[in-house]
Amino acid sequence: MNITLAWLKKYLRTKSTTEQIAEKLTSIGLEVESISSAKSNLSNFKVCKIIKAIKHPEADKLKICDVDIGDGKITKVVCGASNARDGLTTVYASPGTVIPKNGMKLSVAKIRGAESFGMLCSESELNLTEESDGIIELKNKQNVGDNFFKENLDPMIDISITPNRSDCLGVRGVARDLAACGEGTFVQEKLEKIKINSKKIIKVEIEKESGCFQFGSCFIEGVVNKESPDWLKRHLESVGQKSISAIVDITNYVMLDMNRPLHAYDADKISNKIIVRKSKKGETFQALDGKKYTLSNNSCVIADDSKILGLGGILGGELSGTKMNTTNVVIEAASFDPISITKSSKELGIITDAKYRFERGVDPNSLEEGLIKSAKLIQEICGGKIGKINIAGSSTYKQRKINFILSNFKKLIGFEISKADSIKILEKLGFKVKDKKTSLELIVPSFRPDINQEVDIIEELIRIKGYNNIPLSEPNRVVLKSVLNYQQKIFHYTQRSIASIGYLETVTWSFSNSKIDDFFSEKKLRLANPISSELDTLRTSIFSNLLIHSKNNVDRDCKNFMLFEIGPVFYGNQSGQQNTIAAGIRLGNKIDKTWTEKTIKTSAYDVKSDILYILIDLGFDEKKLVIESKTNQSFHPGRSGAVHLGSAKGPLLGCFGELNPIILNQLGLENYSICGFELYLDNITEPKKKYKDARSAFVVSKFQVVERDFAFIVSKDIKASQLISLIKSCEPQLIISIDIFDVYEGSNIEQGKKSIAFNVKMQSMEKTLDEKTIEDVSQKIISSVQSSTGGTLRSS
Amino acid sequence: MNDLATLQQQIFNKFSQLKNKEDLENLRIEVLGKRGSVSKLFQDLATIDKDKKKEFASQLNILKSKILEEFNKYSSKFGQDELEKKLHSETIDVTLPTPKKPQGKIHPVSQVIDELTCIFAELGFSVAEGPDIENEYNNFTALNTPPNHPARDMHDTFYLDENKQTLLRTHTSPVQIRTMLNDKPPFKIIAPGRTYRCDSDQTHTPMFHQLEGLYVDKNVTMADLRGCLDYFLKKFFEVDQIKMRFRPSHFPFTEPSAEVDIGYEIKDGKITIGQGDKWLEILGCGMVHPNVLKNAKVDSSKYQGYAFGVGIDRLAMLKYGINDLRSFFESDVRWLEHFGFNANDVPSNYRGLAR
Repeated sequence: MNITLAWLKKYLRTKSTTEQIAEKLTSIGLEVESISSAKSNLSNFKVCKIIKAIKHPEADKLKICDVDIGDGKITKVVCGASNARDGLTTVYASPGTVIPKNGMKLSVAKIRGAESFGMLCSESELNLTEESDGIIELKNKQNVGDNFFKENLDPMIDISITPNRSDCLGVRGVARDLAACGEGTFVQEKLEKIKINSKKIIKVEIEKESGCFQFGSCFIEGVVNKESPDWLKRHLESVGQKSISAIVDITNYVMLDMNRPLHAYDADKISNKIIVRKSKKGETFQALDGKKYTLSNNSCVIADDSKILGLGGILGGELSGTKMNTTNVVIEAASFDPISITKSSKELGIITDAKYRFERGVDPNSLEEGLIKSAKLIQEICGGKIGKINIAGSSTYKQRKINFILSNFKKLIGFEISKADSIKILEKLGFKVKDKKTSLELIVPSFRPDINQEVDIIEELIRIKGYNNIPLSEPNRVVLKSVLNYQQKIFHYTQRSIASIGYLETVTWSFSNSKIDDFFSEKKLRLANPISSELDTLRTSIFSNLLIHSKNNVDRDCKNFMLFEIGPVFYGNQSGQQNTIAAGIRLGNKIDKTWTEKTIKTSAYDVKSDILYILIDLGFDEKKLVIESKTNQSFHPGRSGAVHLGSAKGPLLGCFGELNPIILNQLGLENYSICGFELYLDNITEPKKKYKDARSAFVVSKFQVVERDFAFIVSKDIKASQLISLIKSCEPQLIISIDIFDVYEGSNIEQGKKSIAFNVKMQSMEKTLDEKTIEDVSQKIISSVQSSTGGTLRSS
Repeated sequence: MNDLATLQQQIFNKFSQLKNKEDLENLRIEVLGKRGSVSKLFQDLATIDKDKKKEFASQLNILKSKILEEFNKYSSKFGQDELEKKLHSETIDVTLPTPKKPQGKIHPVSQVIDELTCIFAELGFSVAEGPDIENEYNNFTALNTPPNHPARDMHDTFYLDENKQTLLRTHTSPVQIRTMLNDKPPFKIIAPGRTYRCDSDQTHTPMFHQLEGLYVDKNVTMADLRGCLDYFLKKFFEVDQIKMRFRPSHFPFTEPSAEVDIGYEIKDGKITIGQGDKWLEILGCGMVHPNVLKNAKVDSSKYQGYAFGVGIDRLAMLKYGINDLRSFFESDVRWLEHFGFNANDVPSNYRGLAR
């Protein structure tokens, strides 16, 4: 909403400046976005004098002029006008100026080799007249350097009006609010009177459920439409509105003045009568904005016998609109259902000043006043005879009464407001107040649809009283619950644990590119209105975004990094169908060659090591983490594993491995063997015992540790974990650790077999192990492996 | 007797002239070797009178032990010297580069969420959460924004179905509704999380982060709201004083509603938060609208309270001097290394919010 101080002064007696007013507006909730000069462009036009005009050496019709623009220097301007001559006083526009006629912005230009700093203007270029033959000739009396446009328009105040304050979509409402907070005095207008001197009236029918409650109209016959007078033009232009013609300008003026949208019809274009009804499906309508709309069956239309004249409360029709040659006018002031307006305008994609106001609420009691104001102005400017004001339909408006208990202000806000203050503020805001001792009985003014209950009154009072009067109380520290629950703690621990081993945390969108994300899941969770086709689906895996961004990093020449994200992925498009997952990837070599080390490629074992570190860091007992080889389609089917808790059928805690090359190919990342892991945080449940109770007693043996090495040749598909548990089971009490120090396939080893070497440590809690015991255990291990796997001892 | 004393003197004189291990070994042979001067005296013992023998043997043993002691002393001295000499010759080039351990980082958004959690934990707030996919009711209607309310236009919403029934939450406020519906008052929660709006330009991203705050009890006032926000902003920006301004505004779910500005100034191109004559809009807040309490099945005649919502990304930008919102979500590893936080930097009340 744009206003100016000059317009505001119509309703507000004040001596404050625009800046002071703006500050006050912001403090009462009418936030000033900017203060700008609506026509600041005009001040670029200066009175100047051509000192010398010489012919352009390269062009017969052009002249190079030395121009005095009042800055004590000579400015060179190339001009094509025949009347450009020595000593002529004319109008100069500097580079950067927008020329009113064509909207072109001037810049320093080279015209046939001669530089030109600005332009000398014709009357037509300034939209003054149609005269385009030659530049403006001014009398010599005018001072060089002065602004050519004398009118100094008021600066425009742009206020951001919140959706509840429709009353402030009119200058009068803004003035009322300012006066309420002590900024000047509000000027109450008397209801104007008009002399009815025409018998003309237009018949109006409102159909049921049309979306229109009341339709007021006024016939004015015999008008002469014309260009608006200066004062009207200036008012509209100063708030950024274009002047069209007197009749249209008057309807706009009344709308901006008192938030009362109006529409003017050319009465001669209306056949017989006005019918306000619901549109019929497929009906078309040629609107004022030059577009043709096809309607569905629920828009409120203003029609006559044969055609649609306008979309009620939204937009007028082209055929029935007023033109310069209009002689008979019907002014409309109506009351529409805001919901119907919202629906229709959304459906048709139309945004107009009228729609904006009706949606937010227009004073249902302002029909007559709007018609009187506009009719009077039309008669003043365009002449004509005014017919009787005719209001069809009946008002649905119900006066609202609110009982405000004075002490409730303090209860909610924290300090007391006096009864006198309350009454003063509310009366100035237009409420009718009845003092009931400890409470006030209030009648809400019809222009405040936002006031419905007591709390709204409290807001009005504190808003006008000033938010900065609210005291600042020391916050209490009452604790109701523990800060984080178990799942939230796991989230934080996991996040920090992953970062602690070298991964960079990133945050990416919860949506992704379906072309990539679809590789991770069969679920297709598309957005109905994506912001772009590359962000068209809810992500089903964090890997999709991690890989897309990995590609971007590779393109930026960052080819060695560890990246992770923790956040939601989705498995359905209903609320709650999401899981919290932490996923990390390693791209590039594990070790790049240095003077001490050779290049080592990243392998699935590195991410296995990472995921195990994290899980142990989270408090899991390594012995309870069971590794399986079955994973999901994110991973290379042969080079990935899953971590379960307790047993292969236990909860799935995570997966790790090389990412699926098929997906990497899709992104052009096939040359970077990328490994990654996923942790399913929702599968981590709170242990029964608290950490403090979960520790077992500290028991260690004081006897010597004995080591023995074994190497077996076994079938290739025997898994290390099988052999380890086999060995362990031979003497679970004595064997304290089993490490694998060599795995070998190749020459000397039969095809389909591998050699795998173990270091086994034994220790007893009771005694030093003697040779015989050690030998017995060793034999047990050898025979157990042989009988269970068919493996043979290579060496021991 | 005198002979022994003289011998001792002679031997000890020789010790003082020793230069190295070889000299020491030569002296050992000279004195204690098979034909050494002291060994010889032991051999001579056989020839001595029985009555003198005991006395002399005793003297001789004392001499021998004194000499041995001296030997040990010199032996360890020369050993030490040798080792030191050896160690001095064993040098490495310590300026050679070593393999770099990867340094993981926490994203600024996560760090700021932890900072905020730490601050509000001190005031007794606990963390609540809600799903990213919301229904239309929780996101709008229950928050006093019925269908076709113009305030809905202020949120460019991502929908998951054509009927606009499920959507990506446009703010964290639906967590208010979920929290109140699932529990009994009083409520004192913060809800950090992802939020979504169909908007993308220099200063808007389709996903961003908000922190919602809600405190509902029998006597929570707007003065308490001011006090809480003043505390939070001072703590967060790590300043003793903060210029804060409440400005009336409108949110359908609070009444009265306020926007909060904080003072700032720009000196030498750097922004200082808390002082100065410029104002920066930082958050929205207000007293929970009675209609919202009703929708959440809370008795609005008994309970009242405040709610606020603040943009987490914006807080991170202001505190840590990050100019471009879009950069938060681009996963540029150079950016993450530059603006990220060490895993060990967990904000806490005893160690402080940040280093």
